[in-house]
This record gives sequence, structure tokens and C-alpha cells, in this order.
Amino acid sequence: MNEPFAGVEPMVYQSRISVPYSWWAGDTAGKFFVALRDEKKIMGTSCRSCNRVFVPPRKTCPTCFSENTDWVEVAPEGTLQSFTIARRQLAALPKPAPVIFGLIKLDGADTALLHYLDEVTPEAVHIGMRVRARFAEERNGTIGDIACFSPV
Amino acid sequence: MDKAAIIGVGMTAVEANKATDTFADMAWEAVNKALEDAGMTLNDIDNIVTTSNDFWDGRTISCMAVSDASGARSKNVSCVEGDGAFGAFYGLTRVLSGSYGTTLVTAHSKGSESISSLITNAAFDPIYDRALGMDIITACALQANAYMSRTGTTAEQLARVSVKNHGNACQNPLAQLPMTLTVNDVLDSEMIADPLHKLDCSPVSDACCAVIIANEERAAGCREAPVWIKGAAFCSDAFFLGDRDLSRAPALTQAAKKAFDMAGIERPADDIDVVELYDAFTYQELMWLEAMGFCEDAQAGKKLENGEFDRNGTLPVNPSGGLLSGHPVIAAGLIRMAEIVKQLRGDAGACQIAGARRGVAHGANGLCGQSHCVWVLEK
Amino acid sequence: MGKKRVAIVGTGQTYHKSHRPDVNGQELINEAVQRALTDAELTIGDIDAIVIGNMDHFEGINYVDCWSVDGSGGTMKPIIKLTTGGTTGSTLAIGGYHMVASGMFEKVLIIGWEKNSESDTTGAITTAFDPIWDRLVFAGAISGLAAEAQAYMAKYGATEIDGARVSVRDRKHACNNPHAQLRKEVTIEEVLESPMLADPIHLLDVCPRTDGACAVIMASEDVAETITGTPDWIWATANRHKYTYLGDVNWGELDSIAEASREIYAKVGIREPRKEIDVIELYQPYSFAGIIWIEDLGIVPRGKGAEYIHSGATDMGGELPVNPSGGVIACNPIGATGLIRCAEAALQVMGKAGDRQVPDVNLAISTGFGGCMWTDILLHGKEKPDF
Repeated sequence: MNEPFAGVEPMVYQSRISVPYSWWAGDTAGKFFVALRDEKKIMGTSCRSCNRVFVPPRKTCPTCFSENTDWVEVAPEGTLQSFTIARRQLAALPKPAPVIFGLIKLDGADTALLHYLDEVTPEAVHIGMRVRARFAEERNGTIGDIACFSPV
Repeated sequence: MDKAAIIGVGMTAVEANKATDTFADMAWEAVNKALEDAGMTLNDIDNIVTTSNDFWDGRTISCMAVSDASGARSKNVSCVEGDGAFGAFYGLTRVLSGSYGTTLVTAHSKGSESISSLITNAAFDPIYDRALGMDIITACALQANAYMSRTGTTAEQLARVSVKNHGNACQNPLAQLPMTLTVNDVLDSEMIADPLHKLDCSPVSDACCAVIIANEERAAGCREAPVWIKGAAFCSDAFFLGDRDLSRAPALTQAAKKAFDMAGIERPADDIDVVELYDAFTYQELMWLEAMGFCEDAQAGKKLENGEFDRNGTLPVNPSGGLLSGHPVIAAGLIRMAEIVKQLRGDAGACQIAGARRGVAHGANGLCGQSHCVWVLEK
Repeated sequence: MGKKRVAIVGTGQTYHKSHRPDVNGQELINEAVQRALTDAELTIGDIDAIVIGNMDHFEGINYVDCWSVDGSGGTMKPIIKLTTGGTTGSTLAIGGYHMVASGMFEKVLIIGWEKNSESDTTGAITTAFDPIWDRLVFAGAISGLAAEAQAYMAKYGATEIDGARVSVRDRKHACNNPHAQLRKEVTIEEVLESPMLADPIHLLDVCPRTDGACAVIMASEDVAETITGTPDWIWATANRHKYTYLGDVNWGELDSIAEASREIYAKVGIREPRKEIDVIELYQPYSFAGIIWIEDLGIVPRGKGAEYIHSGATDMGGELPVNPSGGVIACNPIGATGLIRCAEAALQVMGKAGDRQVPDVNLAISTGFGGCMWTDILLHGKEKPDF
């Protein structure tokens, strides 16, 4: 590929592709976000056969495919399963580093919720610590209606 | 499983930025090298499977970019999205189905053309998770912490993986990052997301790899002795990170067991001579070795310290330098396969593990190694 | 393990709509999957592997195989993604075929889906073309199709009326299909009076955007006949990705469908496809393709497509019905569309096509179209093949 092009500068064409998206949350996620927004409640769905409570909620059980019609309110408090602290300003981060991400298993849920930890120094964060959801003042039906989780 | 073999491999060098090569140029290079390696021409290729990813390529129907260059114009062709090891699996089924005697499999990406943080953030669920702004590094950091916490694996042990693999890369002319490092070099490097330092992470690279799979009859006519496919399997874990026990890799265990069963292997650590696995991050090498059953749970760090996975150890792992030394996503797993083929043929040059007869190649797909593909190859 | 013959033993589809706000993508997938499992009287636990596909940039999700597992049933199973653009659905069917025929898996679940309402379709599809040479002048899928129609019309004297007659046929057929999105007949006048999108293609000549999913279960000969009394055997598959750059295309003739079909006919021994094929589910994204591509398939000689269409031969009750389901013009969830053609052909062979059943189907063809004028073809048969 090289001989005929020796001394020729490679052309670099900069571009962006623009494809806007609006994802349908669906009725199940809709119910979760309405409860978050209007009642500051965290809801999950439960599979009777597998005896599991899913947060975020699932319309059908991923394992046995039965329809999860039972809704369960889980506690806003839970145990930290794992965490990381983003120190470098990675491009996907929506706010300035350091940003603490955590997987929080809320009391009553069998799965963990991915979210931020805040109001805590990075050094104080440890697996197994108890944390509690702090709800945003202004809520509009997104995962950001929970502002973060912070130590109990 | 009917007999099938890999009879040709070819790849470009792994580089940070192949400014003068388009996707098609890379495919052209890899495909021609594989054909030459097999002593074949395009006429000997019955069908083609290309592997690519639309997000990484910034291109819907990303396979279109390499279709002509892979010789697909007047042949049957299909396209996998995911790691190249999975593409090769599909290519294998197209031979075993009896439809085709040979399949040419390619896999490529040019990480230099995009912002990897944004590309991998798009793997997160758009409804619940994506807005939080995680990417592959923060996700894997989450997993590393969980793994280290449960198993007691230390930061020093992780760092040793980096030292070993970058050091191995010094023998590999195709590797992007041959480096002579100490454990302290790794621990002192920038902390990107706890516990992953910069040198715990693979770079984002450009490359393309091609392999040719043949049935027994077509393998007979080739230039090099065929490398037989004794076992191949893949399996995916749950998707939401919170649904999984991130400190374990049950999907890999299941895939590895199936592949080993197919190959009649009961004691992988004893029966396998060399491993090329998906070390996108240092902790992954240790986690995947344990999950595949090459050592007991939580023991990989210690065995690494004892030198067991070094080039002159009892089970050399990533003698090529692995992904830590150059990580072209999508091509990555196929390159692992190509490296094992070279090892088993005795063609691995300065990376050669003496007397290697049986090897394992491993590819992974998705966040935190959600989905795994394991190959057992034998000369 | 070794080479196995393969049959479709169950299919499922959503009731395709322009928007499905009540479900997210995974839930949409799950609907089709559960219907296919019910149709085959199997559970997700019976499935050995999953093949799934869509066009990433239509939903904005990377690594869809991994993301889908809650809905597709892929947790702790082998799952792999195939995608080739518009041909994705048929590519998936061919993929499932090889996965089973290889002997590696006994029962494979194949899923095609798209939630087109979530994205800007033209914005996304424009990225399919080379950014240096083609992308800046490519005006969306319709412009390429218009070029084909213009080239054909110039050579063979076909007119807009000929194209419109195809739309009339498919929209009428769709009325028999409860899954189709558009279930209202149109007349030739209505087609010609509908807005012109890209000369000569009017709005009613072309497919809609749809949210929908389709699932097909393929099984090896070892178990297919115990699962269903009417398996649909896959006799042959072939495909071509003829072109990469728009300037290379042979406008006015679909080379990919011509080559792929000749390969299948030669393999199976079909000499007169018009007589030997009983029904075709043709991935026909716009009306004129219905004229051009039946010539490329060898059904009628070059230039005779319009005449054949006008004769009613491809209508229900005719000699060789095309798109009894209503086809793509009535419904187009892109990643699913090719798989829907396969599922519909299967329903025809299995005798399960309800009001859209063509009588006495022995051999059926389903096709996929997309990319840069690419084609996939599957040949379906009622009898178990000898090979």
C-alpha cells in the first residue's frame, strides 16, 4: 500500500454522524419511573416461579419467561456490592471527575441497581457499606430522579 | 464434531493509528496473508464470514466496507457483529453444515477512528443505565473491585499481568506496545478508575485478522499442516451488571467446559500447552484462567507470582503479549486464535513456546466479559 | 455430530405497528419469542442457541446480542449477532440453518427485530455508505431504489402504473394478514396521486417504518418431526453481497438475486421456477422491484415482468402468488423483515397461513434484500430433502 504513495499526506476526513434517538421505555419502566418521580418510591417486579425481585423491574422473568405481574416496593436503602471511582475525565462522564459508580443491592431486591455514590469521600467507600438513596428535588421520570446514594 | 481445521492465518500489525489504511485496506492485507499462508487463492474459498461492529466503525452495515476486500463479491457471505472468535464459530458451522468446504473469516476494527468511551457507553441500557455515563473502563473497574474483594487478589498481582504481557510483546513484531516494566511502573501509572491504573488497561488499537477454516478433505491439500479444531463453544451471562455476580464468570466456565468436553480434556492445566486469552484488563487474565478451570478459584494471582504463566512457566499465557499490548476490538479474539495456530505449528518466532501441541484461544464480547467464546486447538 | 437436515418447527411475530410505546426493545423481542415457543410447543429451556439481529443504528444500542438476553432468553446460553443491513432477517435465517445443520445445536431460536420509531431511519441508513465517496451524495434508501426503477423503465418501457399495480396487489394481500401493519387496500389512482418521494417512487409505492419482531425456531432432523407434524424443511440457501460502492451497481437488474437464485436452482435441480415454485415471499421494499426481480429470479423473461403482474398471476389464486402476507410494502420492521419473509414462507409450507394460505405448497422461496443491492434466498420444502 506504500510505494506509490510515498510522500503523500494521508487525508483525514473528520465527521460526526447524527442519529437522534427516542427510546420507548415501555409500560413496565414507565411505572417504575412514575413511582420514582411522583412518590419517591423504588419499585421492582417479582417472578413467582423463581422467587426473585428485579430492580430495575422486568416485564417477564429473564430465566423462566413467566410474566411478572407482581410489583414490589423495595427499600431505598441497601448494601454496596461493588464500586469504582472514575478519576480520569472519560468522555462518557456527564459530570466532572472524580465520579463514584456503585452497584447497590436494595433491601428486598435480588438484583443490584447501578448508580452514583456521592456525599462521601472516595477513600471512605467500601464494598459492603450501607447506603441510602437521596432523591432529586426536581424529578422528571428518569434514573436521575435518584440523585445519588450516600452512606447511611 | 466432524473434523475441521484452521489452515491459514494472516493479520496486520496492531497499531495505535493506521492512518494510511481504510478498513478495506486492512482486510485486503490480512486476507492476502491468510491465503498465502494456506497456499490458496480466492478460488479455493467457498464462503466468507466477516466480523465487525457498526458502532466502532461509525457505519451502519459495517460489513459492507470490507466485503469486496474480503473477496466476497460473487460468493456466499455472512456477517457477525461481535468479537472475532464468535465470527470464527459461525464460520466453522458453515463448514460443518456441509454447505462449504472452506470458510474465510475476517475481523477488524479501527479504534483510532472513534472515542472508545462513547462507543462502549452505548452498550449500556438506554432506559436505566446509559445516562449515568459509564463505559468499558468504569464497568470493568467495578468488576475488578468485586473480583479482588472476593478472592483477595492484590493490585500487585494485577500489575504483574501487565509486566508479563508487555514483556512478552517484546518478542512479537506485530504487537503495538512492547514494554519492559516493573510492578511499580504499573502501580505508579495514572489511576483511571479504581482499581485500574493506565497500565492495567489495554489500549484501543487498529488491526484486522483473517483465518481460513476447512473441512478434513480440503485441509488435506494445504501448505502447512492443519491445526485441528477439537472443541469450540460460546455462552453469555445476564446483561444488567446488577443481575450478575461480577466477581465470577459462569458463562465462561460453561463455555470452557463444553469446549473441553468436546476435546476430551479433563485436566486443562495439564493437557493444554499454551493459552491466548482476552486480557482487555489485567484482572481479566486472572479471572478468566480461574473460570476456565486452569487453576482453582482465587489462586491465579499466586500462580502468576510463582511464574507459572510466564513464557517458561508450566502454562504460558499470552506469550504474544495479549490485548494489553494492543487491543483492536472485534479482531481481538480472532487474533488470539491466529496466535495459537502459529504456536502449534511452531511458527511463532521469538514468541514460540517449545513443543506446544494443544492450545486454547479465547474471545469475549459485551460489558465485563458478558459473553465468552472458547476454542481448543490441536496440531 | 455431523451434517443434519434442518426444518422450521415454529414461528412467532408481533402485531407490527408504526409505534409500540408500550414496550421497550427487549419486551418487543420477548413477545415474538414467546409466540414462536408456543407455536412449537417448546420452552426457552429447550433452546440450545440463539441467533439475533437488527440494525444497530436504528435503536442506538451497541452489542445487542448481550443487551437482549432478558427478552431473547439468552442468559447462560450461546447467543450470537448477525447483521447485514436490510438482509439481516434472512441472514439470520441462514445463520440459524448452519448452526443446526452443523450438528452443534439441535434447536436454535432465530430473532429479528427493529424499533424504527426510535430513530431517524434516513440518518442512520446514510451511514451505511462509504464516508469518503458515497455518503455525501446518498439521499437515503429510496434514492437507490429510484435509480434502479429509472434504469429499468428506460430499458423496458415500464411505467408508474406497472409499479402501482404491484402495490395494489400487496396491500390487498395484507388484508388477509393479522400481523401486517398496513391493512387497507389502495387503488392504482391512489398510488399515483400519493406524494412523489424520488421519481418514480410515490409514497404508496414504498414500505412504511415499523416496530416489530419475528422469531423462528429451527430444529435438526433428529427432533424436528417429533416437535411438529408439518416441519418446513430448508432445502437450500444462497446469497450475494454483490456491491460495495453505489457506482458499481448494475442498475435495472438485480444481479445478486439472479446469481443467488441460479445457485439454488442448480443445486436442487429446478429448471422451470415458474412451474416448480408454489409461492414467493419476496423482500420487495418498493413496488417496481416486484416487476424487476421476478425477471431476475427467472420466473419470466427479461422485460415481461409487468405483463405477468397485470395478468394476475402473482395475486392470490393466481399461478404463482407473490407476497400473500402483503410483503414489505405493508410492513417493514427492517431487522425482522427478512425473517418475516422466511416465517411466512414457513407458514405456507406448514399449512398454517390462515386466510393467506396458498393451496398445495410444496416449494416456497423467501428472500431478503438490503445493503448495496444485496440478496439472500432460502428455499423451503414440504418434503424432507434427499441431500
